[in-house]
Order: sequence, then C-alpha cells, then structure tokens
Amino acid sequence: MMDVTHTHEGPDPHAPRPDHDDTLTHHKMLEIAVRELLIEKGILTADEVREAVERMDARGPHLGAKIVARAWVDPAFKERLLKDGSAGAEEAGVQMDQPTRLIVVENTPSIHNLVVCTLCSCYPRMVLGIPPDWYKSRAYRSRAVREPRAVLSEFGTELPASVTVRVHDSTADMRYLVLPMRPKGSEGLDETALAGLVTRDSMIGVTTL
Amino acid sequence: MTPRFAIGSRVNVRRGNPPGHIRTPYYIRGKSGVVERICGEFRNPEELAYGRSGEPKQVLYRVRFAQKDVWPGYGGPANDTIDVELYEHWLEA
Repeated sequence: MMDVTHTHEGPDPHAPRPDHDDTLTHHKMLEIAVRELLIEKGILTADEVREAVERMDARGPHLGAKIVARAWVDPAFKERLLKDGSAGAEEAGVQMDQPTRLIVVENTPSIHNLVVCTLCSCYPRMVLGIPPDWYKSRAYRSRAVREPRAVLSEFGTELPASVTVRVHDSTADMRYLVLPMRPKGSEGLDETALAGLVTRDSMIGVTTL
Repeated sequence: MTPRFAIGSRVNVRRGNPPGHIRTPYYIRGKSGVVERICGEFRNPEELAYGRSGEPKQVLYRVRFAQKDVWPGYGGPANDTIDVELYEHWLEA
C-alpha cells in the first residue's frame, strides 16, 4: 500500500483527500429516515425529491447577472427593481422563494454596498444559488460588520474614504443583491454580453467590476 | 397591523438577552439608529423556531446605524453604516 505521508518531491498535487461522505451523522440519518418515510407513505415521490434538488442546483449567479444587466440597459426597470427587488426579479423571469423578499442595493460612485449574514448564512439563493464557503465562515460573518474595509481590501477592493460603505446584515426575512456599477468600456455591449461581465462576488459586494 | 415607527424615526434596540432563537444580533442591542424602511409583516421567528405559529405577525424594519455608534474605535469614515433587520418588539422610541 502506498505510504502517503512519505514523499521526496514536495507536496503531491494528486494526494488522496479524505472522504467527506464516510460518516453517517445523526442529521444525515434523520434526513434519510424522514425522506424514506415520506416516499413510503406516498406523500412525496423520489422523482419529486430529485426535481426539487435539481431546481435548487440549477440556480446560480447567472440569474443575478441577468437582472443586473437588464437594470444597466433599462432605467425604468432599474427604478422598479430598486423599489421592489422581488417584483423586479420576477419581471426578469427569476422565481423568488417564499416568504423571503429580495432587496436590491445600488452601488454608486459615492456608495458601496456589502452583504453578510452574521447570525447564520442567509444568502440570496434565488438569484445567486449556493453560497461560497467563505460567505458562511465565522471570519467573514464577524469581520464584514466590524471591519468591512479590511475585508474588502483582502478581496482586492480598495475604496477611498469619500465612498460610504454600507453593510447589510441579513438578519431576518430580507435577502440582498448588490447592483454593481457598470464597468467602463462596456458602452457598446448588449444585455447578454453585459450579463457575462457580472461576477458573483460583485453581487455580494466584496468586489467591484 | 399599523407600524409603530415611521421611516426616518430614531429607534433604540432593546438590551434584552432572552434565551432562545433570537434574530437580533448581540452587537446591535442597546444601539440607536434610524428606520430605513418598513419591510412588512412576518411571522415571529422566535416562535416559529419552536414549532409554534409565529402569530401575531411582527412588523419588520430595516434600521440604519452609523458604524461609529456600533463599534468603539471603528476604523473607517464617519459616514459608514450598517443596516440590520429588526422586528418591532425589539425596538423602543
């Protein structure tokens, strides 16, 4: 058997990684038991469970990017979106989760917005999909409120003191999407090409475009 | 339910430290801010967490705080803010 701890040529880029699926924890067991019971009793079908997982997996930053690009090219849409984020997103064809509501916050030359959930890891999954691991880390959740400019700087985002930093803590039923500023040099691009420029991190507010 | 506080009103967050599932972060308790918007009525998560109905619904506000009022020795400019969602029963005039 290969001795994985004994190497001569530095770190092995293909070193075996520990499996994360080898422990049947209490909550994993509970999920399996409840799911199997629901299926056995005819309340759900396995197909419905699969469809629900597929629906959740299909959501991602491309949805938020579509909304942002439309707001950049359509000022009337942007106005409606900033007034009611959920209605605006649905108008752009993105389905919302109940009962949470979407709030869209706009970056301007004088205001920069940053989103965090200090209590857990609430995230606008309906427009960005599954959150990145760092968003859920204790370090991000505590530091984004206490020293947002230091956190931004670590993401490469240096803001002058003339720009107000607005942190949004998603403590309850609201979810937040940052509307980044349209990058310079993008004047000639159409809506689809613009959507391709919008990154996940810019919609959380840790970076700009 | 009529919201008790209007947009732009100054409000104080209760200092309470009750046990249970609380959506008011500890760092904002006892701080003073201004109502940024009224988000509507939502079932009370402190009740929902224990399998109860969450009724009566609570008015949810977004309150804007100056970072310098929240963190002693905040390192950024005086204009920096933090917005927190707070249920009405956590707010005082």
